[in-house]
Amino acid sequence: MTVLRRIGLALFAPVLAVVVALVISSAVMAALQVNPLQVFEVMLDFGDTPAQQVTAIVVIVNRAIPLFLAGLAVAVAFRMGLFNIGVEGQYRLATIVAAAVGAAVALPGPLHILLIVVVAVVVAALWAGIVAVLKVTRGVSEVISSIMLNFIALGLASYLLTGPFRGSAEGASIISTAEIPESGQLGGLNAIFGAIGLANPPRQLYGFLPIAIVVGIFIAVLLNRTRFGYDLRVSGLSPSAASASGVDARGMVVKTMLLSGAVAGLIGLPDLLGSTHSYTTDFTAGLGFLGIAVALLGRNRPVGIAFAALLFGFLDRSLVPLQIADFPASVVTIIQGTIVLAVVVANEIARRVTLRSAERGSAQVAPPVAGDGGSGATQTPAGPAGPAGDTDQRQGVQA
Amino acid sequence: MSTVVSSPGTRPSRGPITDLLTGGGPVRRALWLAIAALVLFSLVRAISGEEALTSSSTMAAALLLAVPIGLAALGGLFSERAGVVNIGLEGMMILGTWGAGYAGYQWGWAAALIGGVLFGALGGLLHAVATVTFGVDHVVSGVAINILAAGVARFLSELLYTDNPAGGGVTQSPALSSGPPELSIPVLSSGPDLLGDLERQHWFLISDVAGVLRGFTSGVGVLTILAVLLVPASYLLLWRTAFGLRLRSCGENPAAADSLGVAVYRMKYIAVIISGALAGMGGVFLVFIAGIYRENQTNGRGFIGLAALIFGNWRPGGLAAGAGLFGFADALQLRSRTAVVALLLLVAVLLAGVAIWQAVRRHLVQAILAGGFAALSLTCYLLIDELPPGIVSFTPHLTTLLVLSLASQRLRMPQADGLVYRRGEH
Repeated sequence: MTVLRRIGLALFAPVLAVVVALVISSAVMAALQVNPLQVFEVMLDFGDTPAQQVTAIVVIVNRAIPLFLAGLAVAVAFRMGLFNIGVEGQYRLATIVAAAVGAAVALPGPLHILLIVVVAVVVAALWAGIVAVLKVTRGVSEVISSIMLNFIALGLASYLLTGPFRGSAEGASIISTAEIPESGQLGGLNAIFGAIGLANPPRQLYGFLPIAIVVGIFIAVLLNRTRFGYDLRVSGLSPSAASASGVDARGMVVKTMLLSGAVAGLIGLPDLLGSTHSYTTDFTAGLGFLGIAVALLGRNRPVGIAFAALLFGFLDRSLVPLQIADFPASVVTIIQGTIVLAVVVANEIARRVTLRSAERGSAQVAPPVAGDGGSGATQTPAGPAGPAGDTDQRQGVQA
Repeated sequence: MSTVVSSPGTRPSRGPITDLLTGGGPVRRALWLAIAALVLFSLVRAISGEEALTSSSTMAAALLLAVPIGLAALGGLFSERAGVVNIGLEGMMILGTWGAGYAGYQWGWAAALIGGVLFGALGGLLHAVATVTFGVDHVVSGVAINILAAGVARFLSELLYTDNPAGGGVTQSPALSSGPPELSIPVLSSGPDLLGDLERQHWFLISDVAGVLRGFTSGVGVLTILAVLLVPASYLLLWRTAFGLRLRSCGENPAAADSLGVAVYRMKYIAVIISGALAGMGGVFLVFIAGIYRENQTNGRGFIGLAALIFGNWRPGGLAAGAGLFGFADALQLRSRTAVVALLLLVAVLLAGVAIWQAVRRHLVQAILAGGFAALSLTCYLLIDELPPGIVSFTPHLTTLLVLSLASQRLRMPQADGLVYRRGEH
């Protein structure tokens, strides 16, 4: 198989998925007498002036940062075969505690921000750790315990907000924690736009972006280039093989959940440090559940998750313009759901196409071609079973 | 399955009392557990003076809250017994609520039931197409269905309800044009209301039993009765018929089932569609309670149904117990915030029992741990008068979590649950 072909196959699935999702959602809209072309036009319309266009991009990226972190948190657990539905509760609880701590102390700039980040990470990691401890010591399924802990975390957050951490006045319409002082706020990155010659938009690009990128790289390196990451992935692929080769299964569950929770703690921080500066009753919700979708869309790979987060950010941005143009904004949610479904179906089809062409390729050129090391399918003269098994395994890692 | 056929004769006798308490299979054990729980609750009610613990109104509310969760869990049972993990229960329930609202405001409650079940079944069909035909990961498909269902419900409401002369809006339907009928047992629970009289006496145990019975028999909706009957019906269908055996064989070992001539794909399709229909029925029930479809009416009950299913070890009786426990705790926190504090006393008594039991078995560490927690929860009970609303709101979830972590974990899921089966690839 040539390199070109392999790239083609890798791109084939996502492109097919997006096309299928667009076709399906268009059909749904058309069936209900909404013109899909006009809807897509509104979604793609970023505004007329350069400032408006850059603003649209800033909105997309700002939304994509928390989604990326949420996807990353879910994906870390997924790679080990753990299903962390509890990301929602983990980040909400972490954010409110971090907001309260941040508002209560006065420290010089970077230290203040560092403290808030550390508090959020620790709280979320501990909360996720409960799931791990229950699973390891009492055998409670992580799916149930994280669902229950979600509700408990949301209840606790609402108690903390209305009780001990309340910072707003008694009769205020929106209850919030006290505002984090200037030293604990993270400035925007709008200087970049000036540097690359774009218009400076009125909205600030979150300063959390570089942190999120660093976290993404860290997770990618950790998973793919370290012993810990290898153990984690092996445990996900085959628990029995992992324990046979000396991996401590229980320890891995605890470490993975702690790591997943730690990343989850960061989800609320871009909004908290960059714009709201306090936790309110209407703080961004639902990122944990969207994170599951983003992780699946990005096939649990940091790079894939980044693209998926940007795609979801793009779709979410069009909510307001759609409402202004008097279109049903829920079209966005439908497209998101369809894309996730279409992507996995397309992945499955792509897997089968690869499998079949690998089988065919090796059958045609089986014995005489010695492996040149450059291409996947011809280098194993072991017959169809070789490359097929190989592909299977790779898909397993991705699944 | 071995638990069903386990007979006392196959084990050596361990004395008459042990045999009386633990022999006779799961039915007798469940009965003993129920009696023990009732005595314990009466005791705690008598000590704390919290009548809400066993009052008929709490029990009626518990039943009302348990039914949607139980229906979702039953839906999960069918699907997972056939080997398809169904995280999409929540989404199918959402579709059910929307379908019930749409059909209900136009044609009354019977149509609402059919509409909700049909919509839920559609969600199930989508899950089946994705997981069985396309071999997509079950969790992924379920998550996608949850997102999709919320979007579809909102989208349809926006289109059909915003300018509707009958009322409704972006987040809710017009009210149902008729509600389902309710039934009470004459003399005992209505009219002379003998059980009600007995309950008001506040006698130890007797009034508690009366309260529980009255709660379950007074003003019970038709759908509730249907839902309760569905539990034994599912058991009979899945464990006592050839269809059920085939369905379960798809969840245990699909390749073997296939080799014996079971149409695995078709069975899975049927199971997942039934699953969606049952989850949709759970949604219909929620619409009946409110008399209207509202967005976010399900509020995560599909997920809790999934938890009840796992809690109940993938068996109808067990999941009903799980749903009941959750419904009771939820009813208690809704009816009386002070009664929730009395639960702490209950926990203290239970943990003290565990501590003594562990001490007798010479497991000292566990005994001390349990004793310590018992003392802690007793002090909390004595010190706290009333919990703030935020804390009380998660009583049922915390209870479920506690029971799960205290109960022994001998759960066994269907062997091929969640595995994608492709004919000829195994």
